[in-house]
Amino acid sequence: MILLEWLQYPFVWSYQQTVEKLSLPKQKIFWAYVFLFIPLIFFLYIRIYPTIQAFGMSFYDWNPLAVEQEFIGFDNYAEIFEDVQKPALTSPTRAAFENTVKYVVIGMPLQLVLSLSIALMLSEIRRFVDFYRVIFFLPFVTSTIAVAWVFRWLYQPQHGLFNVVLAAFSLPTQDFLDSRGQALFSILAVVIWQGLGFAVIIFLAGLKQIPRTYYEAAEVDGSSRWQSFWNITLPLLNPSIVYLVVLQTISFLRMFAPVLAMTSQGDGGPLNSTTTVVLRVFREAFGTRSKMGYSAALTVVLFAVILMVTIIQLRLTTRSVD
Amino acid sequence: MRKGKLFTLLVLFVMLVSLTVGIQAQDDVVTIEYWQYFFEARQGAMNQLIEQFEAENPDIDVVHNSEIPYADFITEVSASAAAGVGPDVVTLFYGWIPAWVEAGFLVPLPQEDFPQDWIESFFSPMVSESKFQGEYWAIPTAVRALALFYNKDLMEAAGLDPDSPPETLDELVEMAQATTQYDGDASLDNITTQGFAAALAGQSHHWFREVLIRQFGGVPYSEDGREVLWNSEAGCEAFSYLADFELEYATGSNALLDGATNAFVNGLSAFHIDGSFRIGTINNNNPDLNYGVTELPAGPNGDRSTFGSYWTHGITRNAAEDEAKMEAATRFLQFITTAEAGTLWVNEVGELPAQLEAASNPDLLADPILGPFAASLEYARATFFIDESAQRQVLIDAYELVREGVDPCEALDLFAPVEQELLDDFWASQD
Repeated sequence: MILLEWLQYPFVWSYQQTVEKLSLPKQKIFWAYVFLFIPLIFFLYIRIYPTIQAFGMSFYDWNPLAVEQEFIGFDNYAEIFEDVQKPALTSPTRAAFENTVKYVVIGMPLQLVLSLSIALMLSEIRRFVDFYRVIFFLPFVTSTIAVAWVFRWLYQPQHGLFNVVLAAFSLPTQDFLDSRGQALFSILAVVIWQGLGFAVIIFLAGLKQIPRTYYEAAEVDGSSRWQSFWNITLPLLNPSIVYLVVLQTISFLRMFAPVLAMTSQGDGGPLNSTTTVVLRVFREAFGTRSKMGYSAALTVVLFAVILMVTIIQLRLTTRSVD
Repeated sequence: MRKGKLFTLLVLFVMLVSLTVGIQAQDDVVTIEYWQYFFEARQGAMNQLIEQFEAENPDIDVVHNSEIPYADFITEVSASAAAGVGPDVVTLFYGWIPAWVEAGFLVPLPQEDFPQDWIESFFSPMVSESKFQGEYWAIPTAVRALALFYNKDLMEAAGLDPDSPPETLDELVEMAQATTQYDGDASLDNITTQGFAAALAGQSHHWFREVLIRQFGGVPYSEDGREVLWNSEAGCEAFSYLADFELEYATGSNALLDGATNAFVNGLSAFHIDGSFRIGTINNNNPDLNYGVTELPAGPNGDRSTFGSYWTHGITRNAAEDEAKMEAATRFLQFITTAEAGTLWVNEVGELPAQLEAASNPDLLADPILGPFAASLEYARATFFIDESAQRQVLIDAYELVREGVDPCEALDLFAPVEQELLDDFWASQD
C-alpha cells in the first residue's frame, strides 16, 4: 500500500497542475480517453504488435526453441509457392488453399441464401416469433467445440444418428467425416448451421428498416410478391448483405476450430481433404519440428488474400440505391 | 510532503534489504525447474523421486511443473524458451531429440557424469539409438515396447484357447477372423465385435516400420537414417498385410467402435497392439477386462521385433547458462535415471526400467502382463525420428489412400517422397 501511494505522487502532482484546471466537460472527456486508452493498449499489444511481428518472422527460419533465428529472406514464400504447385494429395499447403476456397465459395452464398429465406419467413409469422428466433440463434451462442463434438458423434459411421436414420429407411449408410469426398461438406454443413442465427438476426434488423408503405404502394400498383422482393426488399437490404458477405467471407477464410475438432487428431483429414490455411498455420508452427517462419509466411499470404477479397467485395457490393 | 519522502526512503530501504536477503538465499539453495506433461501416474512417481532427491540434496530445490496437458506440451515449452524462462530439466519424447538439438535447446549430457560406454552397456539398446552428433542429449528412467494384447473372454467365445494367443502373423489373421462378430453378413458395417483393427494414428505405423517390414525382409530406412526405404517390396507386403485386416478380412477398422484402442479397452476387440502404457488406461477405465499380453507375433521366418520408445530427460540451455544450476540439474538427472528409479517407475507408471539390470529382474519377467513387454526389450528398436508427428502423418495418409482402394505399393510409392523431403530438409540444416 505504501508503495502504491508513493507511486501515485508524480501522477497526482501533474493531475492537479493540468487536468483539474480544465473545465468540467473537458475533464470528462479526459477521463473518457483515459478509460479508452486501456483497451487500446491491449489491442495494440495483443493484436497489432504480434501481427506486425508475424511479417518479420516470415523472413526467418524461425524456431521458437532456438536463441538466434536465421534470416532467409523470401525463402518461406518461395517454399509456399512450390508447395502450392504440388498435388493436393501430398501437399497439405496446396490442399489447404483449395479447401479454403471451397469453404468460402460454397459456404458463404449458401449461408446467405438460407439465412435470408429464414429471416423472410420469420418476418412474416406473428405467433411464436421469439421462440423461432431463439431456435435459430441458439447454435450461434453454443461453443464451437461442443457443437463439433456432438456432430462428430452424429456423423459416426456405425452408430451415429444420421446413419441410424438412413439405415432405418433402408438407405445406404454414408461415411461422412471418414470419407475424402464427404468430409468437407459434412463440416461445412455444421458451420453453416451454426452461423445461421447471426445472419438471420442481421437480416431481420435490415428488414425492419424497410418502411411498410413501400410494399403497400407496390401492391396498389399491382406488383407481385416476387417483384416486391426483387425491387424493394433486396435493394434496400443491400447494407445488410454487404456487411454479411464481407463478414462471412472472412470467417470462412479463417476456418479453423471446427476442422480441428471434427477431424481425427485434428489433422484436417482424411488425406488433407478438410484442412484449411489457418489449420496449416497452427500445425506448421506447433509441430514436433516447428516451422514458425513458414507458418508466419502463410498468415501473411492469408492476410493479403483477405485484404484483397474484402476490397473487391466492397467495391462490387456497395452501390447506392435510389 | 515531508511524510511522503520518509515513506519513500523507507520503501527503498525495505526493497534493498529484501534484495540482499534474496541473493543470500540463492547462495544456499539452488532452484531448478523440472517439466513434464500431465499424466497422473508420472506426476506421482516424479513427486516421490523429487522428495527423495531433495532429502538427500538439501542444497537443491526442484520445482516440479507437470500441469501441462500433453497436447500443449511442445507449445508451452516453445513459449517458455522464447521468453527465456522454462525448464532446466525437461522430459521429452525421444523422437523430439534431433529437433530440440537443432534448435539448441538441449545441451549434451556431461560425459564425465554420463559416460557413453556406461549408457551403452547399462541401458536398453534402444537408448543408444538416440545418440546424435556423437553425443547423448537425454537419458530415460523408463522405456516402453509394443506387445499384443488379447481379450481372453472373446477368444473363449470364439472357441479358441484363451491361454494360447497368436504366435505368428498368420495365426493373428486366423484368430482375428475367428473372433470377429457381425450383425448380418461379414462386412465392416456389420461388425459388433472386432477381431483386430489396424490403427495407423495409434501404434500401427510403428508396427509397420520397425516390425512388419523387417519380418518381411526389408528395412524402413537406410542405416544413416537419411533415406526412406519403406516403399520396397518388403514394405509393400507388410503394408498389404496390415491393410488386409480391414479391407480383405473385415476384422475391424479404426473408424469403428470409437477407435481401435477404445474398442479393446471396452472389451469390443479381441486383439490389439499397444504399448505398456495402455495397462494403466485399462486399469482405470475397465478394470474387469479379462485380458492377457504376449510378445508381438513372429514373422514368416520366425523373426521377432518390436518398436521401443521412451520419454527421456534432457538438460536445457537454461541450466547450462549457470554453473550451479548445471551441476544441480546433472545431479538430479543422475538421481532420476538410476535402476532404483526405474523400479519405482515400473511400479507406479507401468513403464519398464530403462536400465537392463532392473528390466531383467526375474519378478518382472514372470509378471503375466509386464513380463512379455520386458522380454521384448532385448530386440526392441526405436525409429530415429526427425519430426515424429509429420512422419506419422505420412503413413496415416498412405493408409487412408489404401482404404480408398489404391494398391498398397502405389500408395507407399506416392507418399515415400513426402517423408523423404522431410528428411532431406532436416539433414540439409545439419550438414
